[in-house]
Amino acid sequence: MSKKRLIARIDVKNEFVIKGIHLEGLRKVGDPFELARRYYHDGIDEIIFMDAVASLYGRNNLFHIIEQACKEVFVPITIGGGIRSINDIEMALKSGADKISLNTQAIKTPNIITEASRIYGSQCIVGSIEAKRKGNSWEAYVDNGREETGIDAIEWACKLEQLGAGELMVTSIDQEGTKRGFEIPLIEKIAAKVSIPVIASGGAGNPSHVANLCKQTKVSAVAIAAILHYNSFTVGDIKKAMDADGIKVRI
Amino acid sequence: MKKIVVIDYGIGNVKSMVNALESLGVEAVLTANEQEIMTANAVILPGVGAFKHGMDNLNQRNLVPVIHDYVGTGKPFLGVCLGMQMLMEESEEFGSSKGLGLIEGSVKIIPLLADTTEKLPHVSWNELIEPTKDRWENTILNNTKVGTDMYFVHSFAAIPIHPSDVLANCSYGNLSFCAAVHKKNIYGTQFHPEKSGIFGLRILEEFIKLIN
Repeated sequence: MSKKRLIARIDVKNEFVIKGIHLEGLRKVGDPFELARRYYHDGIDEIIFMDAVASLYGRNNLFHIIEQACKEVFVPITIGGGIRSINDIEMALKSGADKISLNTQAIKTPNIITEASRIYGSQCIVGSIEAKRKGNSWEAYVDNGREETGIDAIEWACKLEQLGAGELMVTSIDQEGTKRGFEIPLIEKIAAKVSIPVIASGGAGNPSHVANLCKQTKVSAVAIAAILHYNSFTVGDIKKAMDADGIKVRI
Repeated sequence: MKKIVVIDYGIGNVKSMVNALESLGVEAVLTANEQEIMTANAVILPGVGAFKHGMDNLNQRNLVPVIHDYVGTGKPFLGVCLGMQMLMEESEEFGSSKGLGLIEGSVKIIPLLADTTEKLPHVSWNELIEPTKDRWENTILNNTKVGTDMYFVHSFAAIPIHPSDVLANCSYGNLSFCAAVHKKNIYGTQFHPEKSGIFGLRILEEFIKLIN
């Protein structure tokens, strides 16, 4: 069993880190660069910057933040939100990002995943899924959890793998920001179906939520946000708890 | 100031390598210019993605003979990730394609090497293993402890023919693969030292120290 990665997810609106519940009701919680630097020094394994409102306006405003962060943060950095074209991907990579996360545009034109992974390698392309419970299944949403698509989230996960995504990030809209734990059945089903790594996002409220997710699913990485932004726990606290629970992590 | 050239051949995120080197107080120049490469104190060949795409880009820029000439000067050379894989003679990715041939051996996709149920690509922090006692002495891993975690992202692995060229190993599932190579002034790391936190930077620092 390989080591589980702990990823800080930093959602940004304009110049500020924001946090909401169910991806809505966004509140300012800090400066993205300062938080990234703090988490890096605390031993985070990766950082994901998401432009929370980008897909509404059709642009990503994070490039200058990434440029600044990459000078001091030497762990992998992913950028997402409002990436619409190969040209946007090129700009994101030039600003210093290692991976690009795509959701809305992948639903609109699935071929962008194939084209981008052919040009930049699949390791660079993260298929992002925002899933919301619907009866006994989950539906994929776009525009930061605002618009339904009618597409089954698990089928879409398999399709993203086929298209050439190198990783999947699965965000549960229902659990996001609630601090009540992850949507384990959803993550479990997707991680069992695909052979590429799966990053789970949405719901971490304490270290045992992270540990339970790792024990009950084949997840490769866990994205956390509010739990860090509000100083409820540090990166070290969470990793120590995972280690104590027998989960392999980089300490 | 020591000048390190990071070879710019239109592939992957090279900015982070430049940033990492600059944070260590050296001048990092991103270029494909022959003159710049030949006059550098050390050269790094970065890269992620597909082997054939990487070699095609090197060939288009006529960089293969330049790299051979540079390595012939005896000055330090480091290939990272795809840059390490391309040091080998060939890869079996989508049919066979020829590499730089600076280290004898080939590159194969991980599932062909071992029956593994682990996820692919291998995207993980993973521990470096010293293949034989004191192998790391006077190398870029001189200051690295056995078992230190580095960041890996790859689906293919290099298989050097000569065990003496293997600098470090790593295990993934039931597979043990080559994580770093070293032959004279040539180094290669499958992991990304520029993305592996302070312990990764320490390896780049040791590489810089090789400059006379």
